[in-house]
Amino acid sequence: MEEKVLVVDNVSMRFNLMEKKVDNLKEYFIKMIKNELRYQEFWALQGISFSLNKGDRLGILGLNGAGKSTLLKIIAGVLKATEGKVTTKGKLVPLLELGAGFDPQYTGAENIFLYGAVLGYSKDFIREKYDEIVEFSELGDFINVPVKNYSSGMKARLGFSIATVVQPDILILDEVLSVGDAKFKKKSEKKIKAMFDSGVTVLFVSHSLEQVNRLCNRAILLEKGKLIAKGSVKKVSIIYEAKINDNGND
Amino acid sequence: MNRIWKNFDKYRFLLEELVKKDIKLKYRSSYLGMLWTLLEPLLTTLVLWYVFSGWYGRGDQNFPVYILTGRLMYSFFANSTKAAMKSIRSNSAMIKKVYVPKYIYPLSSILSNFVTFLISMIILVAAMIVFKVSITFYLLQIVVPLFLILVLSLGIGMILATLAVFFRDLEYLWSVMLMMIMYASAIFYDITDKKFIDKAPILKIVNPLFDVITNFRDAVFGRPLGREELLISIIYSFGTLFIGIFMFYRKQDEFILNI
Repeated sequence: MEEKVLVVDNVSMRFNLMEKKVDNLKEYFIKMIKNELRYQEFWALQGISFSLNKGDRLGILGLNGAGKSTLLKIIAGVLKATEGKVTTKGKLVPLLELGAGFDPQYTGAENIFLYGAVLGYSKDFIREKYDEIVEFSELGDFINVPVKNYSSGMKARLGFSIATVVQPDILILDEVLSVGDAKFKKKSEKKIKAMFDSGVTVLFVSHSLEQVNRLCNRAILLEKGKLIAKGSVKKVSIIYEAKINDNGND
Repeated sequence: MNRIWKNFDKYRFLLEELVKKDIKLKYRSSYLGMLWTLLEPLLTTLVLWYVFSGWYGRGDQNFPVYILTGRLMYSFFANSTKAAMKSIRSNSAMIKKVYVPKYIYPLSSILSNFVTFLISMIILVAAMIVFKVSITFYLLQIVVPLFLILVLSLGIGMILATLAVFFRDLEYLWSVMLMMIMYASAIFYDITDKKFIDKAPILKIVNPLFDVITNFRDAVFGRPLGREELLISIIYSFGTLFIGIFMFYRKQDEFILNI
């Protein structure tokens, strides 16, 4: 009996887009009195339901604006769904942006502890893994330099090294495998692959259909907030490709 | 309730790290660094003492310590509430990408200010020695007003943090209110003096900082804590704490949509 580690149950997300952003008290009160607080509703996601078993690698496909990042944010707990529920089992590490917890004034070394804490690791664990992290990032002496002086590639390498030092139960990747130079891309893919082989459940957003086909076993296709296909990665990528070519032939 | 505690436990290390970071970075790029924590109250007290000692005559030995106690408490309150108010916006990058219990942000800014506040008390001890204020057992009471001002700052900090996400002009409004609070807290004037005495009953009830500073001075100058002030202080502190927590929890899911 396969274990479900992620259940997304009828999730919908509504955003209120104000015609003109009101963020000061005076305008707010005036508009409230004049009954002009009008919101334009935008449903970024509607009725999304799917579930994952342990060890599944799910590719999330869709054009820009389909709702992929919104869905990931809801699963990661960053955004609260307007309707529906998400249940997860085990430790979830979101890599929505490498180095989101970094403080630019802090050195790389200090940020290892800070970012590790943000991801929910304990102090002892980070101390143990400290050398491994520095080594994987290949930053050498730069580890003692404030992060504001790092290149974007260096930041990405550091963020990736910290985030992947442990085996999360669920890993969320939002197009983060496309950072770094070719050498690092290869190294990070290899690390991700090693994680796959040890049964980590992965949610993977990428615009590279080729990468998704290579790394995932299942996929879902989103279009304008709705789930229009789910199943094996082969089946869904065929549908996706058809859609792209379809739009191209107009 | 148990779930909230477990969640807090999981992020306790993060709270520690954020407090450490605030303190470490506060003066990292300046020359004097941590020394400013001590210099700032010292310098402002000297100025206030010089300017206002005329009202009470140079002979009043207690006046500089009197000013210092008020000044230290007020600075903590002002700095921590300001920091808490901005805490959600200044951490917007993190909030948008990773889940972290959001109360950690205002809480860590208030705690880091509390730590620097405790460090700056070194100046108070030094001043007490220099001006021969006798240290009595009543000084032990000091933990009570210290605890109460922490709770008060946390409560008001959470209220401000919540509102500031939706109304940016709150930052200006609060600066003005802090100034009013400063004048109304008897920091550099003696409330029992006949110039101000008729204002005392109103200030006592309306300004929570007035009461907690009075209690602080009771401990420092070797008196039992004033009971009226203590009661008002407790009511304000825990009252604002509950209101702050309630508001924060109601609105926290909407923060990310406004930052």
